[in-house]
Amino acid sequence: MSDVNDSPKKQSTGSDIRTASEQASNREGPVVVSRRWMLLKAGVALNGLVGLALAVPIVRYLLAPVRKDASYKSWISLGAADSFPVGETRLVSFKNPWTQPWDGETDNVAAYVRKESATQFTVFAINCAHLGCPVRWFPQSQLFMCPCHGGVYYADGSRASGPPERGLFTYDYKIAGGQLQIDAGQMPSLSNTAKMVNISTPGQNGAAKNGDCPCRG
Amino acid sequence: MQGIKQAAKRVYDWLELRLQVEGPVKDAVLHKVPRNTASWWYVFGSAAFTLLMLQIVTGILLALVYVPSGAEAWNSLNILNHQVPLGWFLRAVHAWGSNFMVAVVFIHMAQVFLFGAYKFPRELTWTVGVFLLLMTLGIAFTGQVLRFDQDAYWGLGIGVFILSRVPLLGGSLVHLLLGGPTIAGATLSRFFALHVFVIPGTLLFLVAMHVWMVLKLGINEWPMPGRLVRKETYIEEYNKLAHEDGIPFVPGAFWKDLIFSGAVLAVVGVCAAVLGPFGPSGQPDPSITQTVPKPDFPFLWIYAVLSYLPPSMETPFILIAPILMIAGLLAVPFVASEGEKSWHRRPVAVLALSMVAVSWAVFTHLATSTPWSPHMSAWSGDTLPVKYLQEATPLVRQGAVIFQAKQCRNCHSIGGLGGERGPALDAVATRMTMDQMRYKVVTGGGNMPAYGKNLSPPEIEALVSFLETLHPEKEPPAVDASQQAAASAPAGGSSTP
Repeated sequence: MSDVNDSPKKQSTGSDIRTASEQASNREGPVVVSRRWMLLKAGVALNGLVGLALAVPIVRYLLAPVRKDASYKSWISLGAADSFPVGETRLVSFKNPWTQPWDGETDNVAAYVRKESATQFTVFAINCAHLGCPVRWFPQSQLFMCPCHGGVYYADGSRASGPPERGLFTYDYKIAGGQLQIDAGQMPSLSNTAKMVNISTPGQNGAAKNGDCPCRG
Repeated sequence: MQGIKQAAKRVYDWLELRLQVEGPVKDAVLHKVPRNTASWWYVFGSAAFTLLMLQIVTGILLALVYVPSGAEAWNSLNILNHQVPLGWFLRAVHAWGSNFMVAVVFIHMAQVFLFGAYKFPRELTWTVGVFLLLMTLGIAFTGQVLRFDQDAYWGLGIGVFILSRVPLLGGSLVHLLLGGPTIAGATLSRFFALHVFVIPGTLLFLVAMHVWMVLKLGINEWPMPGRLVRKETYIEEYNKLAHEDGIPFVPGAFWKDLIFSGAVLAVVGVCAAVLGPFGPSGQPDPSITQTVPKPDFPFLWIYAVLSYLPPSMETPFILIAPILMIAGLLAVPFVASEGEKSWHRRPVAVLALSMVAVSWAVFTHLATSTPWSPHMSAWSGDTLPVKYLQEATPLVRQGAVIFQAKQCRNCHSIGGLGGERGPALDAVATRMTMDQMRYKVVTGGGNMPAYGKNLSPPEIEALVSFLETLHPEKEPPAVDASQQAAASAPAGGSSTP
C-alpha cells in the first residue's frame, strides 16, 4: 500500500534507460509465503482449466465454416438442355445453393455453358484459374479473356496465354429430366480439385479432364 | 478570476489525488531527448499515431450509418455518399486517411531503418513495429472489403486464390477466410469484425507497447559516423548524451510533431474534399462479368508482381515470398544489433532501401497502367487511324475488319489505341514478313493465342494483307531474303543467254 502523499518527483527523471540489474537493486527480496503461493497456483490452475474448457467450444465455433466441399455443394438446374445451341458458349447465372438471407446479390453465380453436342456439355466457372477474376467470352475470336492479368483461354477452356498455370475450372454436370444440372455451391479455387474433373455422362470415364487439357492450338 | 483559478486548482487536486497520473505524465513529457533528435526527421511515428486516431474517429462515425450486411452494405455506402449530409466527406476522409496512414507507416519504417534506430536496445521496438505494419496493411485490406463493391468482391477472390495454393490446408483456410464456401454475407460479417474489433484492438495494444518502449528507451540519437553501438556501453553513453546535450521532449521536439501531424491531417482533409471518396464501384454481383477489378493503392504493387511471375513460379512465390519478407524484416535488428548507425557508413542498407523503394514505385506505376491486361472494349471501341485505310484495297479493308472483330485490338494497339499486352502493330510489316505473320497468327506463341481454328484461310489472308500495309512511308516491309534471292535468281538467269 503506497502512501497517497508520496510525491511523484521522488522517481528519477524518465530519460534514463534503466537496466534490469539497476531495478533489481531497489526491489525487496521475493516474499515466499508457501500457503499463499500455493493458493495462487491453485487460482492459476483453476483459470487455466476453465479457459481450456471454454476454448474447446470457441474453437469449434470458429472452425464452423470448415467443412467438406461436398457438404456445400448440390445439383443446380441451369435450364433445359435443349435450350442451349450446339457449338456455342453461353453465359448463365444461378443462385448459389448455400446461402443466407443477408447474402444479397453475392449469391448470384455465373458460369459459361458450352454445348458440344446434343448430350455433351462443358460448364466453365467464370473464375480465371490464375487469381479468380471473372473471364469474358468473346464469341468472334472464340477466346476467354481475363481483365486482371491477361490470362486467355481457348473455347475448350484450355490455357492460351498469360499467367494461368492451367485451363478454366469446370463444373460436374448431368442431364436429369431434360434439365442441365451442375454440381455447384463453392467458389472454384485451386484447392477444391473436385471441380477440375468432368465425370459427366456414363461411358465417358477416362475422358480428358477438360480444365486440364493442353493447348490444342 | 482568482476564485475560478482556485476552484480549478481544487478540482485538479481532487482528481490528481485519486488518479495519480501527474508523475508518469510529467516523466513522459519532460524526459530529456538528445538535442539533435528534435528533428523534422523524427515526426513520422507521431503522424502515424495521429492518423490512427483519425481513422478510429471517422470509422466510428461511419459505423453510425454503415450496415455490415452482404445485402445492405453497398446500398448503405451509396446512401452515405448521396443522402447523408457530408457522408461522402466522412467516407473520403476515412479512405484518404487510410492511404496516408499506410504511406506514413512505410516512411516511418524507412526512416528508422536508415537511422539505424532498430539497433540495441531497441530491437523489440522494431519487432513490434513490423507487426504494426502488418496490422496497418491488414486493416487497409479489410477496409477495402467493407467497401462491398465489385473491386472488394474480386479482391477477395484473389485472396481466395492465394490461400487456396497452401498445400493440404488450402481448402480449409479458404472456408475460414470466407466464413463459408463462397464470398457472401458471412464473409462481409467476419471482415467487419476484423476491421472494427480485432485489428484495431491489436493495433492499439501494439501501439501502446511501441510508445512505452520509445519512452523507456529514449528516442534514437542522431546517427554520427564513427559512433558505434556496443551493448556494453550504449546505455551509459545514451544517458550521458541525453543529460548533457538534451532538451525536454516537450516542447523541444514535440512542437515539430504537432505541426507535422496537423499538416498531415490538413492534407488528408483537402484530398478528401477535393478528390472525394473511393467508390463504391458496381454492386457486388458476381454474375456481372463486365468489370475490371483493381486493388486499392497499397496493394497495387502486389497486383503488378502477380502478373509478371511465370506460371511455374506462381505458387512457390506466392507462398514463400511473404514469409521471407516478414522474416527478413524481423531479422534486421538481430542481424545488425550493434555497430554503425549512420547511413554514411552503411552502403548496403542504403542500397537495399533504395532498391525496395524503386521497385515498389515501378510496380505501383505499372499497376496503374496495367500493360499486361487486354483492353476489353478496344475491339469495338477504338477506331483505326484513317490514313491506314485511305488507299486500301478491298482485301486490306476486309483484313482491318477482321483485325477489329476478332479482338486483336484488345492486346495490340494501333495509332496509340488498344491493348498493350502484345506489341504495337503500327510498323509490324517492317519487323515480320508475311509468312512470319501468317505463322504467328495461326500458331500463336509466346503470349499470343493461336488463331488457327478461329480464322478461315481467306480471313487469315485478308488479315495478313492488312498487317502488311502497316509500315512507315519510307520504310519498306520486311521480306524474306531467301525468297527474294530465289525470286531474283531465275530472272537474272533468263536474261543472260
